[in-house]
Amino acid sequence: MPIRNKVVALVVGLWMLFLIIELVRRRKLREEYSWLWLMTGSGILLLTLWFDLLKWMTHLVGAISPSSTIFLFAFLFLIFISLHFSVAISKLTDRNKELAQQYALLELEVQELKKRSLPPEEGVLPKK
Amino acid sequence: MEKKQEVLVIIPAYNEEKRIASVIRGVRDRVPQAEVVIVDDGSHDKTRWAAIEAGAKVLSHPINLGYGAALQTGYKFALDKGFESIVQMDGDGQHDPSFLPILLEGIQRREADYVIGSRFLKTGSAILAGEIYPAPFIRKLGMRFFATITSLIIRQKITDSTSGYQAMNHRVLEWVSSDQFPWDYPDADVIIMLHRAGFHIREVPVRMFPSENKKSMHSGWKPIYYIFKMFLSILVTLMRK
Repeated sequence: MPIRNKVVALVVGLWMLFLIIELVRRRKLREEYSWLWLMTGSGILLLTLWFDLLKWMTHLVGAISPSSTIFLFAFLFLIFISLHFSVAISKLTDRNKELAQQYALLELEVQELKKRSLPPEEGVLPKK
Repeated sequence: MEKKQEVLVIIPAYNEEKRIASVIRGVRDRVPQAEVVIVDDGSHDKTRWAAIEAGAKVLSHPINLGYGAALQTGYKFALDKGFESIVQMDGDGQHDPSFLPILLEGIQRREADYVIGSRFLKTGSAILAGEIYPAPFIRKLGMRFFATITSLIIRQKITDSTSGYQAMNHRVLEWVSSDQFPWDYPDADVIIMLHRAGFHIREVPVRMFPSENKKSMHSGWKPIYYIFKMFLSILVTLMRK
């Protein structure tokens, strides 16, 4: 691997790792969703420092050029992370529904309790 | 859970301020002993206050979650309050409340766990014959198609698998309140799931009116998603043990 490519890849890999850890530190990214990105950054560093591994992987997948192998894995990673987020969004949608339902049930309960405890003239209709 | 009560009518409603009061009155006239709960699914209009003023209990979603989730909120309320028989009907006045006693009959006599009100079930009464229900040809075709698939899978004739006019007993209520309930467009897949769970399903004839001045659940791109979702849901239901 030419030295210039190596430097660029190293900088990108290190910058990515730093960014992810910083986002987790600032609580802008949950640990739960950071592991895929950390693995990617580590993968970039590993393949940069150990080019023979990339050549071996290129041979393994039947590609001609190592850059094709990188694109293949980048593409697979994007598919995988999209799927991961779809699962996360599905889970959040379910939780959102549960919360809204519980809110509606509890709100009625509160209104009923108010109706029982307050004199009728005070009124317990929710605000319009 | 509170002590057992008799009948609860669950009515999901979204932007139905003009119609909801007459729907509630219709239910009260036909089944005076029933409790009525409106599930206001994040309406932008005054559906909630119209329903409260008409004397119904109102469960109000802070955001719009959709028809299936609104129904399930009503189920959870019914389960918590210990209702024995539950009817669900639409808040747009499409479902004729004079058929409430017929829907409830099979449940209260313990002859069925789940009763579907069918607009297509032909009986001796000509007025209930399916031909008079006004719906676009494509929609009718879709309804027939899913009814046929459901009938083939459960080996029982179902004529209106897309009907939202239904009654159920407490056992079914427990099931639909759980996370097994497909709250994103519950329809034919629910019938199949309930059949596989061992519940006894029955259809009775009901009258439905066309919904006026309303953006249907089946408008825009939704029919395409609906067909896709229903196929997928039925397929995974059949794959589950």
